[in-house]
Amino acid sequence: MAYSEKVLEHFKNPRNVGTMDKSKPNVGTGLVGAPECGDVMRLQIEVDEDTGKIRDAKFKTFGCGSAIASSSLATEWLKGKSIDEAMKIDNMDIVEELALPPVKIHCSVLAEDAIKGAIKDYKEKNGLPEEDKALSAEASG
Amino acid sequence: MSQRLIYLDNNSTTPVDPRVVEAMVPYFHDVHGNAASRSHPFGWQAEEAVDYAREQIADLIEVDPKEIIFTSGATESDNLAIKGVFEMYKRKGNHIITVKTEHKAVLDTCQKIEKLGGEVTYLDVKEDARIDLQELEAAIRDSTILVSVMWANNETGVIQPIKEIGEICAKHGVLFMCDATQAVGKIPVKPKEMGIHLMAFTSHKMYGPKGVGALFVNRKNPRVKVTAQIDGGGHERGMRSGTLNVPGIVGFGKAAEIAKKEMENDAQRLGVLRDKLENALMNNLEEVYLNGSAEHRMPHVSNLSFKHVEGEGLMMTFNQNIGLSSGSACTSASLEPSYVLIAMGLGDDLAHSSLRFSLGRFNTEEDIDFTIKAITDGVNHMRELSPIWEMYKEGVDLDSVIWQEH
Repeated sequence: MAYSEKVLEHFKNPRNVGTMDKSKPNVGTGLVGAPECGDVMRLQIEVDEDTGKIRDAKFKTFGCGSAIASSSLATEWLKGKSIDEAMKIDNMDIVEELALPPVKIHCSVLAEDAIKGAIKDYKEKNGLPEEDKALSAEASG
Repeated sequence: MSQRLIYLDNNSTTPVDPRVVEAMVPYFHDVHGNAASRSHPFGWQAEEAVDYAREQIADLIEVDPKEIIFTSGATESDNLAIKGVFEMYKRKGNHIITVKTEHKAVLDTCQKIEKLGGEVTYLDVKEDARIDLQELEAAIRDSTILVSVMWANNETGVIQPIKEIGEICAKHGVLFMCDATQAVGKIPVKPKEMGIHLMAFTSHKMYGPKGVGALFVNRKNPRVKVTAQIDGGGHERGMRSGTLNVPGIVGFGKAAEIAKKEMENDAQRLGVLRDKLENALMNNLEEVYLNGSAEHRMPHVSNLSFKHVEGEGLMMTFNQNIGLSSGSACTSASLEPSYVLIAMGLGDDLAHSSLRFSLGRFNTEEDIDFTIKAITDGVNHMRELSPIWEMYKEGVDLDSVIWQEH
């Protein structure tokens, strides 16, 4: 299968690879996928407590090139966004940006789930209400 | 990385040996006749070329040339053998025994047989990818007409206990069909010594051209017959109609002749290179596992799992330079990982982490040195990116993690 230039670029030079201290209150961690399925994504966000914006994002992914590119792109998009803005990142935006073929759409879904998972973790830690229920229900479909 | 291109996917197909190409060239234009044209020199010359190739091939596997039926490839040979026996021997029974790790050309054909009213037993394999002979014997019934077991597996290179299977088949009066596609021309393959009655193989896995294969059909003790699956002019003793692919057959014959002379040296040299590759990767990297029997194995094949790294992603780190295959799901249209590795009892995670190296006549030691470095770097890169590797290094018990399957 031929990969798009953008997938190759993210694969060769993945952005924001790394690990944050998940015990910190302003860090949210999302871990999705399973080794048996061939994809595991861990995405972390660090929220600036003063501005409420995502100051930094990191990922590590076990998976194919499209999965790595999807999570790399997701971390780029997350930086600087508010939590509400981050919740609006849709997997189809990732599909479009990376020109993923139909068999790789699940990689983008996984990235969106990882974003949602990281935000949920952050909100739970900080006692924030889970908003946008409709949106997250739609996303997990 | 440089533009170097290294081919380590010789179990998929081999490059055609230049000596084979040279032998084929006259048969496209100069000698262009139809081997079935009995009335003029064009046909006679073509027929002569086909007969000579048939002898070269028969000589390689030590059978009578009359026992070679030309086909379009091993897939067709597998189809002809299994479907042909099922039709020809239906009065004797309708039960076929095969193995879960066979090639799809055998497994899909057996599924078709089931739809046609046949019964098929799919044997399991042990962890080393070989069958349990007692299980085979226990599976034979009064209605069993055929046992179909491959010589060497395409993914792991593991060699089945062919001689013992032949003995069991002989003891019970059951026909033994063997898909020897990965073995012929690479190691000595002599069906008569093994009690094989039908054997499928192909030219393009032994440095010959694509599009031509053969089915060996035993003619004496017992005389085996198969019902033709392609009807037409009654070529190939009525078992396979269709104008013969003369240049292809000439090339196949030449490839067989070369293999007979050179396969021992090739196997010895490639075994040394394969072992070098395997040992270096296991020394350079942690958590590398060999899939399948180390002992009963083709000398040029290595199937390794690099734990906590996904095979397709790993391949992307070097596939501009090295061509090989992965047992990971994402390389194929189906999202399931290799059914061969799963049948051996590997977890899906290890199956997703596997690479198959298959060396060939045209690989050099420099190719292997380059590959060792590229794979080592690739695995290290992917492990840097892998959350599972990080968890493993931190001592997390991965089996206790509740994964969110999707």
